[in-house]
Amino acid sequence: MERADVREPASPTPPRARGRTVRHPSPKEYVRIAVVLAVVTAMEVGIYYAEISRALLIPLLLIFAAIKFVLVVLWYMHLRFDSRTYARFFMIGVAGAVTLYLIVLLTFRTFAG
Amino acid sequence: MESVHTFESEHEATSTGLPNTKLAMWLFLASDCLLFGALISTYVLYRGASLVGPYPSEVFDIPYTSVSSFVLLASSLTMVLALAAIQRGEMGRMRVWLLATALLGMTFVGGQVYEFTTFYREGLTLSTNLFGTTFYVLTGFHGTHVGVGVLMLLSLVAMSFTGRITSRDTMAVELVGLYWHFVDIVWIVIFTVVYLIPTGK
Amino acid sequence: MATVSVPAEGARGGLLRRPTATTGFWSWITTVDHKRIGILYGITAFAFFLIGGIEALFIRLQLAQPNGKILSASTYNEFFTMHGVTMIFLVVMPLSAAFFNYFIPLQIGARDVAFPRLNAFTYWAFLAGGLFIYSGFFLGGAPNGGWFGYAPLSTVEPGNNMLFYALGLLMTGIASTASAMNLAVTIINMRAPGMTMFRMPVFMWMALVVQLLLAFALPIITVGLFQMLFDRRFGTHFFDPAAGGDPVLWQHMFWLFGHPEVYILVLPAMGIVSEVLPVFARKPLFGYQFVVFSGIAIGFIGFGVWAHHMFAVGLGPVANTAFGISTMIIAVPTGVKIFNWMGTLWKGDIRFTTPMLFAVAFIGQFVVGGLSGVTHAVVPADYQQTDTYYIVAHFHYVLFGGAIFGLFSGVYYWWPKVFGRMLDERIGKLNFWLMVIGFNLTFGPMHILGLQGMPRRIQTYPPTLGLGVWNLVATIGAFIIATSVLIFLLNAIASFRRPRDAAADPWDARTLEWSVSSPPPAYNFEEIPVVHSLDELWHRKYAETEGGIVVPVPAGGAGTDPAHGPGSAGPEGHGAGGHAIHLPGPSYFPVVAALGLPLIGYGVIFHMWMAVAGAIVLLVGVYGWAIEPTSE
Repeated sequence: MERADVREPASPTPPRARGRTVRHPSPKEYVRIAVVLAVVTAMEVGIYYAEISRALLIPLLLIFAAIKFVLVVLWYMHLRFDSRTYARFFMIGVAGAVTLYLIVLLTFRTFAG
Repeated sequence: MESVHTFESEHEATSTGLPNTKLAMWLFLASDCLLFGALISTYVLYRGASLVGPYPSEVFDIPYTSVSSFVLLASSLTMVLALAAIQRGEMGRMRVWLLATALLGMTFVGGQVYEFTTFYREGLTLSTNLFGTTFYVLTGFHGTHVGVGVLMLLSLVAMSFTGRITSRDTMAVELVGLYWHFVDIVWIVIFTVVYLIPTGK
Repeated sequence: MATVSVPAEGARGGLLRRPTATTGFWSWITTVDHKRIGILYGITAFAFFLIGGIEALFIRLQLAQPNGKILSASTYNEFFTMHGVTMIFLVVMPLSAAFFNYFIPLQIGARDVAFPRLNAFTYWAFLAGGLFIYSGFFLGGAPNGGWFGYAPLSTVEPGNNMLFYALGLLMTGIASTASAMNLAVTIINMRAPGMTMFRMPVFMWMALVVQLLLAFALPIITVGLFQMLFDRRFGTHFFDPAAGGDPVLWQHMFWLFGHPEVYILVLPAMGIVSEVLPVFARKPLFGYQFVVFSGIAIGFIGFGVWAHHMFAVGLGPVANTAFGISTMIIAVPTGVKIFNWMGTLWKGDIRFTTPMLFAVAFIGQFVVGGLSGVTHAVVPADYQQTDTYYIVAHFHYVLFGGAIFGLFSGVYYWWPKVFGRMLDERIGKLNFWLMVIGFNLTFGPMHILGLQGMPRRIQTYPPTLGLGVWNLVATIGAFIIATSVLIFLLNAIASFRRPRDAAADPWDARTLEWSVSSPPPAYNFEEIPVVHSLDELWHRKYAETEGGIVVPVPAGGAGTDPAHGPGSAGPEGHGAGGHAIHLPGPSYFPVVAALGLPLIGYGVIFHMWMAVAGAIVLLVGVYGWAIEPTSE
């Protein structure tokens, strides 16, 4: 059942309660992001089939994946609007994973040649 | 519809002003990055190292898997719409969007199962070669994560019918949502690294 | 007395009626009280300590002379593997967890941890994992591939032994991961008003760093263990060279976890020492911020040194150099801590109580272990040292001479708080001296044995190598250690014969746990304290005159209600504003959920249907837990 006044926060604000006011994107914005995600995915598949060199294909694919990753994390997972603390935890995980495993792969000379 | 402002308040005051559960969920997701990182880098390590086939280019059906990817991305949209719904107190809408998310998730898993059985029939098992080993374990772990997510989504729907979840329980939906989006971004990485980046074989 | 409420009998809405017992056997099974969980962890860890110690005694008996015949080669492999697995995963980690569980809420001024039922679950999952691994002895063979489980031996050697290893460690890993989330959030988010991060005790900082290390290192070994499990059970080829796989991948997975793990093992003890030294030197910790930042640095750099366990594997000069350098760098923050501890002792008013003796011994012995560690960082030197008893000496100096001694310091220090009775000082000192002598006699000579070329993991050695004398000395030392542990046991048992009359603050200490009774009430604090400084309790008891002389504050100190400040109402206060203190109620579901885990484990090894049954039990447990109302 739809509420008439959509500006009212979902829960009443208790006096002197701790917390922060958080902005949420509207459903329209969420749909726009979804469209971008779909378009980028289509582009990924598109360049997969295009006749371009590996040296160009791989960085492009990684960039597209990164764009989608960032969009979902910042908007859908709300990190853009939330406390920095969550982002710091998450970044430790992401950066840690990327760094550690890159080093492992380097010792196996995965990227050599 | 306009954007919504909500007051993120907590049951009890915490040192950071942030809720315990959300903090714990983000820490959990951060640690899960290390889990999937290990599985993905194992795949990358052994890419092109299989001594016998079938090889990825022989079994992958990129258009098919792209559809799967669209499905999972769409499920992130429905998830966030479910959250927006409960933040507006629209429980009915929330149920619809949660069910949609669960359905899309089940479609994704179903699609994976079909994909696996197809590969199996084409001769690719866990023990055939390194490709089978690394591929099935990586996507299997991911699929299991999706399955657990579906269970949580359906539980939320069920609980909203029994009154255990009310319009005040936005945090529960938000937490499941965070988990769900995480599972989606892992797939974003897997789709690119495993399916799209060519092996040369 | 403050009124305490627990959810009413038969609270509605759950799968099972909520248990209500507060005393007796079932109250321990269903407890969610962090203090009881801490005690459970401590007792279980100590039991495993005795078992692991017995395994060590057998090892030492076998090696006491050349051509030993006490243990067969295959039994020897099980014993040294289980000794390592036990001491690391079933003793030091859970003993640290015992202290974390008991004291984190007390030291930060909270009533409980962030997720009490999750807390209970972690204990039961740990117990399940430990028992599961040991059940291997009765079900075909205990783990026998070394605690580090190197492939391809661990994936190819016939038998279920290493399946018990992989599955058991996955269970204990689940316990530790859940615990990490819980305790990290507790420390970050549930501190008393006024307790900023830099007013927390150092033990809390070390606890936080350890939880973050666990959170980020455990997933890596989880994947590795699954890969080992799948290679053994489902025919995958992760570590199978015949299919193009590489056993070195296992080593990376293992040590990416394994190295942070050793800091997980030692940082809690370092935290304890950082608490104990100031109390018994009657001086604040020297360079608090340096000690804190060093702990953080050790945690961080600890993720960057793992391949120093792999110098002889053939990674190449670039990798070896990089990891050699990072390993040398990590010695720096460790050294900073040592100097700060020494600075704490310098010109202190020192009381050599038993906890203080253990803490001081920690410093000396850890330095020895640290020095041998630095020699390993010199890559060409490590080529000779690796896989010899020189390494065995190193890690026992840091893990036993360091971590265990630090934990014993904590045991003696906090015993009165937990059990309401003191441990006897004279017996304690006997315990200490025997342990120091025994420990150094056992592991000191191993440096020599290693440099003489005695390899690790061999069940015997020929008489012609001249290794007999020091091995015999080491064995004698081991039995002296055993005697010292027995003496500790006697001390512990004797303490329970005494009445429960320990003071709240018998040591004249500095941190908040000493401001409540011994043992603390179920709700910890009548009123949540308001914190104004580091070493909050100390500053309530003492002020400094202009000349820098410490004088007691009148009517301050232990026994009064801290929230009301000096000169206020007596001990029989009431909860803030007179309202009741709500405590989270006991629950069956943590134990139910944990029960699912070994069922899954046995199922994977023997009959898949059992794994399905276990998964259902786990699901039921988790589901029941989720719909059980949390009390506020």
